[in-house]
Amino acid sequence: MHQREAKSDLASSGGARGGKLALDAAQASPTPAIAATARIVARLKDLPGPLLPVLHEVQHELGCIPAEAVQTIAEALNLSRAEVHGVITFYPHFRSEPAARHTLEVCRAESCQAMGGEHLAAHARAKLGCDFHASTADGNFTLEPVYCLGLCAQSPAVMIDGQPHARVTPDKLDRLLTRTLEASS
Amino acid sequence: MSAPVIIYVPRDAAALAMDADVVARDIERIADERGLPVQVVRNGSRGLLWLEPMVEIATPDGRVAYGPVAPEDVPALFDAGWLTGGAHALHLGLTEDIPYLKHQERLTFARVGVIDPLSLQDYAAHGGLAGLKRALAMEPAQIVEEMVTSGLRGRGGAAFPTGIKWKTVAGSPSDQKYIVCNADEGDSGTFADRLLMEGDPYVLIEGMTIAGLAVGATYGYIYVRSEYPHAIATLEAAIARARSVGWLGRDVHGSGREFDLEVRTGAGAYICGEETSLLESLEGKRGVVRAKPPLPAISGLFGKPTVINNVISLATVPIIMAKGAAYYRDYGVGRSHGTLPFQLAGNLKQGGLVEKAFGLSLRDLLYEFGGGSASGRPLRAVQVGGPLGAYLPESQWDVPLDYEAYIQISAMIGHGGLVAFDDTVDMARMARYAMEFCAIESCGKCTPCRIGSTRGVETIDKIAAGGADTKQREQQVHLLRDLCDTMMGGSLCALGGMAPYPVLSALNHFPQDFGIESSQSAAHAA
Repeated sequence: MHQREAKSDLASSGGARGGKLALDAAQASPTPAIAATARIVARLKDLPGPLLPVLHEVQHELGCIPAEAVQTIAEALNLSRAEVHGVITFYPHFRSEPAARHTLEVCRAESCQAMGGEHLAAHARAKLGCDFHASTADGNFTLEPVYCLGLCAQSPAVMIDGQPHARVTPDKLDRLLTRTLEASS
Repeated sequence: MSAPVIIYVPRDAAALAMDADVVARDIERIADERGLPVQVVRNGSRGLLWLEPMVEIATPDGRVAYGPVAPEDVPALFDAGWLTGGAHALHLGLTEDIPYLKHQERLTFARVGVIDPLSLQDYAAHGGLAGLKRALAMEPAQIVEEMVTSGLRGRGGAAFPTGIKWKTVAGSPSDQKYIVCNADEGDSGTFADRLLMEGDPYVLIEGMTIAGLAVGATYGYIYVRSEYPHAIATLEAAIARARSVGWLGRDVHGSGREFDLEVRTGAGAYICGEETSLLESLEGKRGVVRAKPPLPAISGLFGKPTVINNVISLATVPIIMAKGAAYYRDYGVGRSHGTLPFQLAGNLKQGGLVEKAFGLSLRDLLYEFGGGSASGRPLRAVQVGGPLGAYLPESQWDVPLDYEAYIQISAMIGHGGLVAFDDTVDMARMARYAMEFCAIESCGKCTPCRIGSTRGVETIDKIAAGGADTKQREQQVHLLRDLCDTMMGGSLCALGGMAPYPVLSALNHFPQDFGIESSQSAAHAA
C-alpha cells in the first residue's frame, strides 16, 4: 500500500519522475487515453528521436493528442510537458481536440490558386458553413487548409479523409462530400 | 486458354485522385464478365498527368496507352477492342511514341511508370542494382570521386554539389554517421519526389545505400511529409521487401557491409524542408532552424556527420554509378550537368513531369510540352522554383534553364517546379500571398522572417489601399523594397531569405498591378 503511494508521488513530482516506473503506472491507468498512450510510448520510446513517431501514433489511435496524453508522454520520455506541448503546437498536423467525423483539406497554394483554388476554398467554406481550422455544426466535417498535396498538374486538389481528389470543381466537391457522408452512414 | 493480357493502371496518387482504383476494379470485373483473361498491374505514373488515369495495354507491338480513362469509359473501351490496341477516342497510340514522353531524357525517371514499383524482379530486370554492384566493388573514396566528377548538384533547390557534401562527411571521423533523405517536398508546383517515391522506391533505397557505402554511414532516414500518405505506404512496403531479400540489413547483397533505413513522417510544417529544421524534427523537436556552422556534414543528426540530400539527388546516384560519371556529366550546359525533372503545373493544358537536360528554355516547357494555358487565355507569369522562387514575365522565358543563368536574372531553378498563371492573375495578390505564406510557415527563430513577413503583408495591403494617392503608394513600395532587403540579408535560412524573390519580381515586372509606374520600378530593378 505504502509502495503504491510512492509510485504515484513519483509520477506527479517535478524532478525525479519519468522512465519505466511512470510508464508501468500509466499503462494500468483507468483513463483509456492514458493507458493507450502509455502502451504506444512503451513500444516506441527506444527509437532515436521518438517524439514525432509517438505523437503520430497517439493521434492515429485517439484522433487527437489530448492533454492527459501530454503528461504521460512527457514523463515517459523524460521531457517537460512544456517541451511536448511546444512540439505539438509547432506542427499543423497535430491536434489537441478531435476533428469531426470527416476531414476536408483544401489546397491553398500557388498552383491551385492558378486554377481557381480560391474560388473552391470560398465554396467549401460556404457549403460547410464554417471557416478553415473549424468544424461544421453537425460534427460531420472539419475544414483545414493544406499547402500542397503534390497534385499541382491537376489543380485544384483536395483531400478527404486521406484520399486525394484532383481537378475539383465546386460541383465535384459537392458530389464528393455527399458521397463521403453516404459511405459512412 | 491464352495468356492474360497485361493492363497497367497507375497506383500513383495523381491517378488515384482521378478514380484509378475504381477504373482498375471495373476493368477486372468487366473482363471477368466477358471471359477475357487479363492481369492488372498497378504501375507508377508516366508523368503525363493531364491523362491520368492513363491505362496501358501490353500488346505484341508494345504498350498502347488510353487516357484519361474514367470509370464510365471502361465498357466502351472493351467494346472497341482495346485489349488488342483497338481504336477509341481515348486511344493515344504506343506509349513510347507519345511526343511528350518521346522528347524527354529520362535518366532518374527511367523506370517510373514502366514497372510495378514494388516488384523486386521488375527493378532488377530494368537496370536496377547495376550502380550498387559497381559501388560495392569500389573503394569508398572512389565512389565519392565519381559523384564529384558527375557534377550532380543538389536537386532540392540549393544546387550544392552532392559529391563535395559526401566528401565532407567521408572525411569526418565518427562512430556513427547517417544518410538522411529530404522528402519534405512542400513547394507548390513540385511533385517529382512524390512520383519517384511512389513509382520507383527501390532506386531511392539503392541511392541511399550507395551513399552509405561512400561515406561510411550504416543507417538512413527518409523524412516524408504527412501530406504524402501513399508515398509513405509505398516506401514502407519497399523497405520491408528489400530487407527480406537482403538488399538492406547487416549484410547488404552478401557484401558484408551494413546499411538499413526507415521512414519518418513529417507533420505539416513547410519549414522542415530546410535541412537543419528537418534534423531537429527527426530528433523529436520543434522544427526550428539551426544556425550554420556547424554544417550537418560535420555535426548533423544527433550531432553526427550526416549526408542530407533530396530525393531526386539520391535517386540519381544509381544511374551515375551504373553508367559512369562522364555519361551523366555530358548532359546539360555550363556548370549545370545532367538532367532535371521539371514539373509543369498550374494553368497549363498538359501538366506533368518532363525530365530534360539543362539548357532548354521555359518557353519550350510551357508551349512544346505544356501546350499553353489550360484556360485558353494568354499566359502572363510563371513562378519557377516554388513559393520562394521569382515570377518570370514573358520577356524572360527564353533564358536557358541553367542554375547560373537564372541567378543572373535574380531567379532560381530550385527543384524545377514551375507554376503558370494566365492573364487573370493579380500579381500584387501573389506578392501578398508570398509574404503571408512566409508568415504562416516561419519557424520564428529569426526576426527578419518572423516579423518581416507580417510587416510585408501589411505593407502590400497599404499599397493596395493607396487609392489615387500615388505619393503614398510610392512610399510604401520603397518601404517594401527596404523590408525585402532586410529579409534577404538578415534571415537565417532560405524561407525568410528568399520569400522576397517572388515579391520583388512581381514589383519589378508587373508594377501596374501595384498601381505604380513601370519606369520608377525599373530603376530599382537594375
